[in-house]
Amino acid sequence: MEINVAQLFQTINLATIMPEIILSVVGMALLLVNVFVPSKSKGYLAWLSLAGLVAAGYTAACGWGQNVDGFSGSVVLDNFAIFFKLIFVIAAGLAVLISDQYMEREGCNQGELYPMVLFTTVGMMLMASGTDMMTIFLGLELMSISLYVLAGFNRANVKSNESGLKYFLLGAFSTGFLLYGMALVYGATGYTRIAKIAAVASQMGQPDILLLIGALLILTGFAFKIAIVPFHMWTPDVYEGAPTPVTALMSAGPKAAAFAAFLRMFLVAFPSMKADWSDLLWILAVLTMTVGNITALRQDNIKRMLAYSSIAHAGYALVGFAAANTTGTSGILFYMLSYAFMNIGAFAIVVLVAKQGETNGNVQDFAGLGHKRPALAAIMTLFLFSLAGIPPTAGFIGKFYLFSGAVEAGYIWLAVIGVLNSAASAYYYLRVMVYMYMKPAEEEFGWVSLTAPVSLALLVSFLGTLIPGVVPSYLLQLAQAAVKVIS
Amino acid sequence: MSNILSVMTFLPILGVLLLLFIPKESKGTLRGVAMLTTIATFAVSLPILTGFQTNADFQFVENVPWIAAGPFAMRYNIGIDGISLWLVMLTTFIMPIAVLSTWTAVEEKVKEYMICLLLLETGMLGAFISLDLFLFYIFWEVMLIPMYFMIGIWGGKNRIYAALKFFIYTMVGSMLMLVALIYLYFLGTKAGITDFSLLHFFDLKIDPATQTWLFLAFAFAFAIKVPMFPLHTWLPDAHTEAPTAGSVILAAILLKMGTYGYVRFAMPLFPEATHRFTPLIATLAVIGIIYAALVAMVQEDVKKLVAYSSVAHLGFVMLGVFSLNEQGVTGGMLQMLNHGISTGALFLIVGFIYERRHTRLITDFGGLSKQMPIFATIFMIVTLSSIGLPGTNGFVGEFLILIGSFESSLRWYAVIASSGVIFAAVYMLWMFQRVMFGELDNPKNQVLADLNLREIAIMVPLVVLIFVMGVYPNPFIEKMTPSVMKVIAKARIEPVATAKVVVPVVAQPEVAPVQPAAEQPVTAH
Repeated sequence: MEINVAQLFQTINLATIMPEIILSVVGMALLLVNVFVPSKSKGYLAWLSLAGLVAAGYTAACGWGQNVDGFSGSVVLDNFAIFFKLIFVIAAGLAVLISDQYMEREGCNQGELYPMVLFTTVGMMLMASGTDMMTIFLGLELMSISLYVLAGFNRANVKSNESGLKYFLLGAFSTGFLLYGMALVYGATGYTRIAKIAAVASQMGQPDILLLIGALLILTGFAFKIAIVPFHMWTPDVYEGAPTPVTALMSAGPKAAAFAAFLRMFLVAFPSMKADWSDLLWILAVLTMTVGNITALRQDNIKRMLAYSSIAHAGYALVGFAAANTTGTSGILFYMLSYAFMNIGAFAIVVLVAKQGETNGNVQDFAGLGHKRPALAAIMTLFLFSLAGIPPTAGFIGKFYLFSGAVEAGYIWLAVIGVLNSAASAYYYLRVMVYMYMKPAEEEFGWVSLTAPVSLALLVSFLGTLIPGVVPSYLLQLAQAAVKVIS
Repeated sequence: MSNILSVMTFLPILGVLLLLFIPKESKGTLRGVAMLTTIATFAVSLPILTGFQTNADFQFVENVPWIAAGPFAMRYNIGIDGISLWLVMLTTFIMPIAVLSTWTAVEEKVKEYMICLLLLETGMLGAFISLDLFLFYIFWEVMLIPMYFMIGIWGGKNRIYAALKFFIYTMVGSMLMLVALIYLYFLGTKAGITDFSLLHFFDLKIDPATQTWLFLAFAFAFAIKVPMFPLHTWLPDAHTEAPTAGSVILAAILLKMGTYGYVRFAMPLFPEATHRFTPLIATLAVIGIIYAALVAMVQEDVKKLVAYSSVAHLGFVMLGVFSLNEQGVTGGMLQMLNHGISTGALFLIVGFIYERRHTRLITDFGGLSKQMPIFATIFMIVTLSSIGLPGTNGFVGEFLILIGSFESSLRWYAVIASSGVIFAAVYMLWMFQRVMFGELDNPKNQVLADLNLREIAIMVPLVVLIFVMGVYPNPFIEKMTPSVMKVIAKARIEPVATAKVVVPVVAQPEVAPVQPAAEQPVTAH
């Protein structure tokens, strides 16, 4: 095939990937800075990465409403992608802010952490922007490989090693599924470009069996990244072992990224098979919510509890996906954003309460926090109520829209199962509060010290959880504008 | 002042903000600020009472857009009518008393306690005045949080269990209500309704099958809150463990949320379903009356006894409300206030002796009347009011309820429920006798001090109200009558009314109500 180079360059349109470029450049610069600046403290790297993230987020936000594509249509900077990019920027920014104090304490304060966080963010952004299966796959790989490194970042800690290795092995396995699915879809339709797949698939009438299997395998691949039951087995171990700031990032960022690609693939490429996947998602949503919540009930370790609860939260989001209407899908976007705030906020508190060597991470260790550190406990309480879906918090509004989407689509029972799950989840969130407020402190919380970056992270997540809970209109409208391009 | 309702509702939040800046060591200041806030809230609520026009309209309405996104439009839509007016007044009236009652009872974490009380006040007031279903739901849920902490932090030794039970029970109920609420909204949008405003949904015609489900979801949430037999099991635990102020508020106001929910939402929104479920609810109410009375009789703990008496009293309220005639509903509404005052007072009384003796077991007392004459007098008055002796408020409410239900289709339920009045006399008087009369033989009881000035000040307004409402209940009834009539008109389905007229001729009133053909029912998909 003859390739017109000049024409090719015209279609590249670097503006579409400007946020990714910024983050990559900043990330690589930080690698160099880390080597050449002889400083024992790495806190400045956190601030530099934060600056990079803010710049990338700002660049992305500037593209709102413009809907430009590049690289011959294999990436796009539309509202949908931008909304998700902002989620990633927030998740990564918050994770970066809580990293320094943690890494300092755990004695693994290597500067490479920050570039890795930025690279994984680039991967997530590409997943949200990708309109071609190859772009999505590359984004996913970039995100995952950086995350494997991050999960095992605390080299001296056996659990962290286990976490990294487990995540890598299972992740590689699931990537195989995804790729195989993509290959089948390509075989069935002859295209990797999502829009073209959609055109071919819609003309097929009776869905092609090859295409169906391909879609199913793709679903499996994403389900692994999102931690949908029964592909969730890796989550608790990986979440528990990874350094807490990394866990915080993993619970919010990659999950949202996988949802972004998942939504785009299925709503744009496979709407013709909606009858097939919608019922499947119904079942997966019920399984995911229920298994996540029931197993979370018995957890003592807070990181494990939050890991299982993050499975349940993916289930809530799936409720909106199964509904597949604007209310539901915009609910996913809103929920992913809220979840980034409330969950990373909760992890920030976990970082503060824990002691060196990842000890002191059990629910029991929160005993008395409410009296010794009332402000911290109050903030944690807000996060927990938001996670449980109790107003006036962003978590409640998000769930309201997700379940409303299900009701609107006629899935009443799905909504009922969802809210009952929500009520059950209240138990284990309340349990943390029971310890914080209703049990006496075992020892003083002398070690809990607040550094400036963590305070900033807490403030941002506090506001991000509270304000959209009281006045959610603006964000909801943004989310609805964002899903317009994929529905 | 056009936004007086908002001022009243959010004034306690202002108090919370003030409290945040007061150091936790200065307990006196903390108590003072909380006290002043609740008194100010009461003061703000007085013009609402005096300015209230006796008609069925919602008054002091504020209605501004709040959330607008996608299929939903929520509005900050508040207002009161004769139904909510007295419950709002009850709330603002009870709160200063509740704060005053904690003066010496709560010594630890005073700041947090006062913050909880004030947040609770905002939540309760907000729920009573919301005219937007979504807004109501928000306040309904927000109320849970401070109460949960009050029971869990300042409660008795089994407090954590009680707090969790309280929270989870209520949350399961309200979550199902949330789904019903969403479903109702989508039904409404098909009929051209564009927001969550309650008034719009009153006019919505829903087909009976759908009503059944929606009613069940709402009724379940409210039944837990009331609480109705057999969903009442959280209540004795919560009451026994809660600190005095918590019990007072729980009994006086929070339980009314359930019965208020029926009157305001479940019944007028789903008239056919109300009609269909009236026998079931009346049965549960009567079982609750008798069962709770029997259980109360054998309680050894005074507080538990009062808690079970609450279940019985609210059974009466439910019976009255569901008889759907003027006497019944008015009696039910009045009994809500009466129960708030007399049971609130009873919990305060239990609190007084508990503070002195740190026990609530009936067997630990006896002959207290000799040692504490003022206390004995007040206790007697409150006990009689709780039993429903003529001349006290309890009589008026129960009498109206029994008349109302006797005149309605619930005649035989009323007959059985009347025996509950006798049981009430048995367990209350028996308890009173064992605590107050007899030999003062326990040396610990021989040194008990009578009520001090603060405690008398707490009880006097309640005692005054007991007599005022018992002797001259008219002003209370007058203001609520138009709204009560409006609820009855909405909740009663026309075929029944016509069937009643035809009864002597056709003599077959038992047919299921038929939806008027002229109205297009909105069907579920």
